[in-house]
Amino acid sequence: MTQMLRTPDAGHVKRTRPISFTFNKRQYWGFEGDTLASALIANNVRVIRRSFKFHRPRGIVGAWSEEPNAIVEIGANNTRVPNLRATQIELYQGLVAHSVTPSKWLRFDTLAISNVFSGLLPAGFYYKTFMWPKSFWHRYEKRIRRLAGLGYAPSGQDIDTYDKMHYFCDVLVVGGGPSGLIAALTVARSGGRVLLVDDQSEIGGSLLSKTETISGKLAKYWLKDVITELRSYPDVRLLKRATATGYYDHNFVVINERLTDHLEHHNERLRRERLWRVRAKEVILATGAIERPIVFCSNDIPGVMLASAIRIYLLRYGVLAGSKVAFFTNNDSVYHTALSLVESGGEVVGIVDIRKNPKSTIVERARSTGIPIYDDHVVVAARGGFNGLKKVQLARANSQGDLILTNKGELKCDTLGVSGGWNPVVHLHAQSGGRPEYDQSAGMFVPGKSVQSERSVGAAKGHIALRECFVDGVEAGKSAALGADLKLGQIPDIPFTIAESSEALKPMWEVPPSQLNLHNDKSFVDLQNDTTASDLRLAVREGYTAIEHVKRYTALGFGTDQGKLGNINGAGIVAKYLGVDISELGTTRFRPNYTPVTFGAISGRSIGGYLFDPVRKSPIHEWHVMAGAAFENVGQWKRPWYYPRDSETMDDSVKRECLAVRGGVGALDASTLGKIEIRGPDASTLLNRLYTNSWSKLPVGRCRYGLMLGEDGMVMDDGVTARIGDNHYLMTTTTGGAGPVLTWMERWLQTEWPDLKVYLTSVTDQWAVVSLAGPDSRRLMANLYPDLDFSEEVFPFMSVVSASYVGVPSRIFRISFSGELGYEINVPANYGYSLWSTIMKFGESLNITPYGTETMHILRAEKGYIIVGQDTDGSVTPHDLGMDWIVSKNKDFIGKRSLFREDMKRDNRKQFVGLETDDPLLILPEGAQLTNEQNRSIPVDMVGHVTSSYMSVELNRSIALALVKGGIKRHGGKVYAHLIDGRIVPATIRSPNFYDPKNKRQEA
Amino acid sequence: MLQIECPWCGPRDQSEFSCGGEAHISRPLEPDALDDIEWADYLFFRKNPCGRHYEQWCHIFGCRRWFNAIRDTVTYKFIAYYEMGANPPELD
Ligand SMILES: [Zn+2]
Repeated sequence: MTQMLRTPDAGHVKRTRPISFTFNKRQYWGFEGDTLASALIANNVRVIRRSFKFHRPRGIVGAWSEEPNAIVEIGANNTRVPNLRATQIELYQGLVAHSVTPSKWLRFDTLAISNVFSGLLPAGFYYKTFMWPKSFWHRYEKRIRRLAGLGYAPSGQDIDTYDKMHYFCDVLVVGGGPSGLIAALTVARSGGRVLLVDDQSEIGGSLLSKTETISGKLAKYWLKDVITELRSYPDVRLLKRATATGYYDHNFVVINERLTDHLEHHNERLRRERLWRVRAKEVILATGAIERPIVFCSNDIPGVMLASAIRIYLLRYGVLAGSKVAFFTNNDSVYHTALSLVESGGEVVGIVDIRKNPKSTIVERARSTGIPIYDDHVVVAARGGFNGLKKVQLARANSQGDLILTNKGELKCDTLGVSGGWNPVVHLHAQSGGRPEYDQSAGMFVPGKSVQSERSVGAAKGHIALRECFVDGVEAGKSAALGADLKLGQIPDIPFTIAESSEALKPMWEVPPSQLNLHNDKSFVDLQNDTTASDLRLAVREGYTAIEHVKRYTALGFGTDQGKLGNINGAGIVAKYLGVDISELGTTRFRPNYTPVTFGAISGRSIGGYLFDPVRKSPIHEWHVMAGAAFENVGQWKRPWYYPRDSETMDDSVKRECLAVRGGVGALDASTLGKIEIRGPDASTLLNRLYTNSWSKLPVGRCRYGLMLGEDGMVMDDGVTARIGDNHYLMTTTTGGAGPVLTWMERWLQTEWPDLKVYLTSVTDQWAVVSLAGPDSRRLMANLYPDLDFSEEVFPFMSVVSASYVGVPSRIFRISFSGELGYEINVPANYGYSLWSTIMKFGESLNITPYGTETMHILRAEKGYIIVGQDTDGSVTPHDLGMDWIVSKNKDFIGKRSLFREDMKRDNRKQFVGLETDDPLLILPEGAQLTNEQNRSIPVDMVGHVTSSYMSVELNRSIALALVKGGIKRHGGKVYAHLIDGRIVPATIRSPNFYDPKNKRQEA
Repeated sequence: MLQIECPWCGPRDQSEFSCGGEAHISRPLEPDALDDIEWADYLFFRKNPCGRHYEQWCHIFGCRRWFNAIRDTVTYKFIAYYEMGANPPELD
């Protein structure tokens, strides 16, 4: 249970609670409160994985989401999570983690051979090599995937559930460090509804690893007091383990809260993650800053890390980052860390400072403690062995800090803490529409002008000193409270902190390459993607001048860390090579998400099961289920497709159903058809304007078929509309068209014709509809309604009557979609099941046959009746359908003018026809392309395509409907259909009305 | 996601709304009197301004009422809302 690098007492892990875990099949011990990374460091595990491209050994660099190297996967099979940062994984009993590395051997990676030949893998290598010849790509791809080693996806269905939360607040504070906390306190005391989110397991940010006192108290006690006060306000909510991952328009912020990943046992009553969708009146961004590395030769050797990470591992987790620690800096911040290390018994072998003779208080303190300080020096190169860093090579910078360097010997160390200054986390500010600006004096990109109601505070604004953070926080809290129309309450005092003199940093992105660099190794800018400084140089040499293009050419910042460490250095280095100022070059765009978000969190409950999309069922649905119907999805509706009996195949059932309708009587559940009530004195006027035909003269009690066009003249929907009263119509639409057609009509009424006195009501769900079809349907109706006269004279085709069904008002329509004598009975939905059952009982003697949508489609295709959306595609006019008869010449209607556009006169427009294949048993595939010639000389002129195609048992042959160029005038002509298997088969064009062309049967 | 203020229901998420495109395009009273170019102008051609755009919105998953809005296509800020048939408010 020894942990070699654990201090006796520093940090706030719980030393009474040891935790056992496994990394790469070896067991280790850590403490409660550790991350996987801090526990691995405590156990002196230096090499975590091999790198992406060159397979170089890599160790832990950071302490949180900026970590580029320490990528591991945990769990197995369906709970496996790939691509996690060890720095963000909270340790729990029995945790099993693996390197995300293709090779079994971290130390002897055979693929590291690509490191030896790395000169062959420069920037743009993938573009240049793998895109040619094209046919080789599939061979390369396998190799590359194996090389890349980015882990495996879970192998089964996710066992976890995920929630979404919609939330509104006055002020959202992102980040629970000093400035965020005091800002939240300011708003809370003003009575505001506050949401404060922090992505770590404890709220406190930098205060969790600070040695300074605040108002005379240790930082942790000040922190405790503030959190206690915040929790006392009922309208304040604090979330930990919650990352604000995206900032969108109108102050819409998405927050990913992780609820169970830190727990040992899976508990199905808990949600793994909760995605908060927050609309905030005001936002305060207290997202802190990430330390910036300095690029130098071999800077990827395990042991080279961020100085701030060393501080966090020591002060929060009680772990020494190494036995012999050196620092390389251009600013004051590492001196605090070095002093703390010495106090905790660590050995600091030296601080290499780029600056000449820095004089701030903290530097003097370090000097007086006896820590060797190499001012005016740089680290030109790191050297290491199998277990990481062994020594660093020093040089003296010349006055310009470039080119000529003098060798100043070596410093033996196993750990190097690097600090090149700070990069404020401006991601959310940039996502909100702001443009980060370069602050020359501070040497960093800071938030620019706010576009939305947001402001950045503290380190996120570039203010590193604690006092500035507090001042910022209070000011931002006040402005946010006022912005949210709150009355300011008691403003918190600025806590007292000890002010120390400090000295400005000296910017340096990269230690200039020099002849001193004897082994001529690489300098890494983006550790995760193995992008080197020379890659950037190559990109510039090859003519790239925009940072976005350089990014894509070199893969800079493309990793799962999104270049949190590398991007700004990359921009600085490119700017230097281009000879422009970094402020001129700018940064790449900061896009959501700030850190990776699981698919589970994004999809929430909207996956797989019944919550994905509502299922609509007709009131007769249960009968169909009992009858063993096969169902078809039509939009959200479940419709009976066919009713198999005994061992029937689908073909058998459909044939039987077709014959039953043509020879006796069949029943179809048509409840899903769209139904719209149209009422008001201007009802006829509205129909006249929306349909191509005229409605004014339709007598009450009669029905009419109508075509609805878009204003572009193209067929949009069709259906039968009945006149129930003078000012009352019932319109039917296609099943899928019900919603869009109602919306379309409402739009015209509200936006263009508000003067029309008409009300529209959707009654699709209110009425159940049973459609009876077949020569025996009249006899059945007479049995059902003995009091009504169903003779042709009294109740002709296309008429409607009111009738009573078991005392309930119902309507009977005499219409047909099958070409047979037919009736549709509408009853209030609650009586649908009863009606259907009654019909089945009464129809028994007539051998009534329930039929499904497949039979309905075949019957209508035999008659050449179109289905809008199947036989039409938004480019088909009534004329193209051969339906000129339905287009009124005497009135205006939507789409009419478009029918007279030049393009409508073309005689090679695709027109609606029927097709008969020469081989009567061959069923053409729907969508098959048609040509005029049988031989296949490329390019082939396509003249149309098949829209519907079936085997017709009635006609004893296959039939098809198609759109063919100039087809209406080509009846009798030949076309050739091209099948997927390469066959080209002939078919004859004909009228689409295959069956009973004079329509005698439906009008009988 | 934008937040849109329905004049009848108040501020709601964009997902409840449907955008109807450019506002203040009246349907010609006599379409037959227009030549193809004039008709095409009504039917197809739309403004694509960088800045203020006058557009129609419908609170489709709410009260289903249409209204007009002025929205800045650069900042996505809604500058004004007004009812169908009303003249747009004067802006400076
Ligand atoms: Zn509304």
